Amino acid sequence: MKPSKFKYLKPSSVNEALTYLEEYADDCKIISGGQSLIPVLNMRLSTPEFLIDVSGIKELNYIREEDGYIAIGALTRHVEVENSLLIKEKCPLLIDAIKWVGHKQIRNRGTIGGSIAHGDPSAELPCVLTTLRGEIVIASVDEEEVVGPEDFFLTYLLTSLQTNQLVKEIRFPIMTQGERVGHSFVEVARRHGDFGLAIAAAVIELDNQGLIQKAQLAVGGVNPVPLIIEEAEELLIGKKVTEALLKEIAELTSECVDPEGDLHGSADYRRELIGTLLKRAIEEAIARAWEGEEKVG
Amino acid sequence: MDKVNISLNVNGEKVERDIEPRLLLTDFLREELFLTGTHVGCEHGVCGACTILLNGEAVRGCLMLAVQADGATIETVESLAGEDGQLNPLQQAFTDCHSLQCGFCTPGFLMTLTQFTKENPNPTEEEIREAISGNLCRCTGYANIVKAVKQVTHQTV
Ligand SMILES: Cc1cc2nc3c(=O)[nH]c(=O)nc-3n(C[C@H](O)[C@H](O)[C@H](O)COP(=O)(O)OP(=O)(O)OC[C@H]3O[C@@H](n4cnc5c(N)ncnc54)[C@H](O)[C@@H]3O)c2cc1C
Ligand code: FES
Ligand code: FES
Repeated sequence: MKPSKFKYLKPSSVNEALTYLEEYADDCKIISGGQSLIPVLNMRLSTPEFLIDVSGIKELNYIREEDGYIAIGALTRHVEVENSLLIKEKCPLLIDAIKWVGHKQIRNRGTIGGSIAHGDPSAELPCVLTTLRGEIVIASVDEEEVVGPEDFFLTYLLTSLQTNQLVKEIRFPIMTQGERVGHSFVEVARRHGDFGLAIAAAVIELDNQGLIQKAQLAVGGVNPVPLIIEEAEELLIGKKVTEALLKEIAELTSECVDPEGDLHGSADYRRELIGTLLKRAIEEAIARAWEGEEKVG
Repeated sequence: MDKVNISLNVNGEKVERDIEPRLLLTDFLREELFLTGTHVGCEHGVCGACTILLNGEAVRGCLMLAVQADGATIETVESLAGEDGQLNPLQQAFTDCHSLQCGFCTPGFLMTLTQFTKENPNPTEEEIREAISGNLCRCTGYANIVKAVKQVTHQTV
């Protein structure tokens, strides 16, 4: 028996969960899929007195289209997102990314809310949410708030979430549908299923002349939080990409991240790598935008 | 310590027990039910030796509390062979293709592949390799495990 002793509570509704959270805020932990938390409990890095198992709250398991975004209930499992036709059509970047999350056995249990709440900077979903400028719905007994990734992710494994708060829903903006839109998600990991050493995502929209009219770019795994590469987004607007422009973007990306080194890759390696990855993501997104054009035209 | 009552279906039999909520599902299976076929390698989700089926889906037994399996249907490696010990086709393919040496990883591979072969009756080699990417084997080098999956899905090797 590895985890230390705790009292187990299993709410069946959001209200019940929030009441427990309020009451035991001093010493409780939420568990959903457990794919990140159980190892932490096993190693006794966390020893809560109360464990609140939210995995039975059925009202938080849904994927639906709302005005301008896809709303995903926090307790929806990765595998359910991976198999969703609605997401495939309206938010394909998320489908490309989610296949990189762990292995099948992990995606069968892990939840979307857990992936966001865990706040791992090398995790795929926080990077996608950042790229698309999505939102997170957080609730406590008293209030509900909607926050953006830039306010939610604070640093490595730390979010703005208070101990009496629950992540209820994640909102992924619907991606522009049309012939001149392309996206790309690239990752370098030691083996498929491992956390990425570096990840990059790009969404590009071209105008009638093939000039870039919108670019969304973000990176993960190389900074304490997922990072939008705003300068690069602005540089691309109104232009056609050239090798020189991509090189400039790769360099400025390497400069604005702050990676940590570990056994699997030094900080310098990751810094170099991320420039190359974002360059590749942009190239692939543009190639796909042209493919869409050909299909329609 | 407060115990909680759980009842679940394990390998076709209804099981009911009072347990401590901190008991991991793997320890419940091995130490309460004496189903020691489910192996425990790393206990933090990395090796896949503990893979079981939870309501038909492959999951890590070590990343679940037994109490979270209340009401669920669990299948372990012990469910695969027939009553007389007759190996099922996947197990037979593992034997034929020498897909195990020490055998420590085998229960996890078999349970992962039970779900996989059911959902993918005709997989490509790439799909097979991706399917087993969450299971570690220190002996075989994986090639013979891939071969067994091809045999059981009736592909020429
Ligand atoms: C071998 C292995 C490989 C993995 N590889 C990857 C990978 O490549 N990429 C990746 O992104 N992840 C990876 N993971 C982690 C996996 O994706 C987790 O499922 C996910 O990070 C957490 O989801 P969960 O539902 O399991 O959360 P849990 O483990 O239950 O919880 C994680 C944290 O979030 C909190 N929490 C959970 N739900 C909520 C909620 N609704 N509201 C507020 N707080 C909440 C918990 O208190 C806890 O602190 C891997 C895990 C393993 C074991
Ligand atoms: S023992 Fe569960 S994954 Fe290693
Ligand atoms: S057969 Fe020994 S670890 Fe796989």
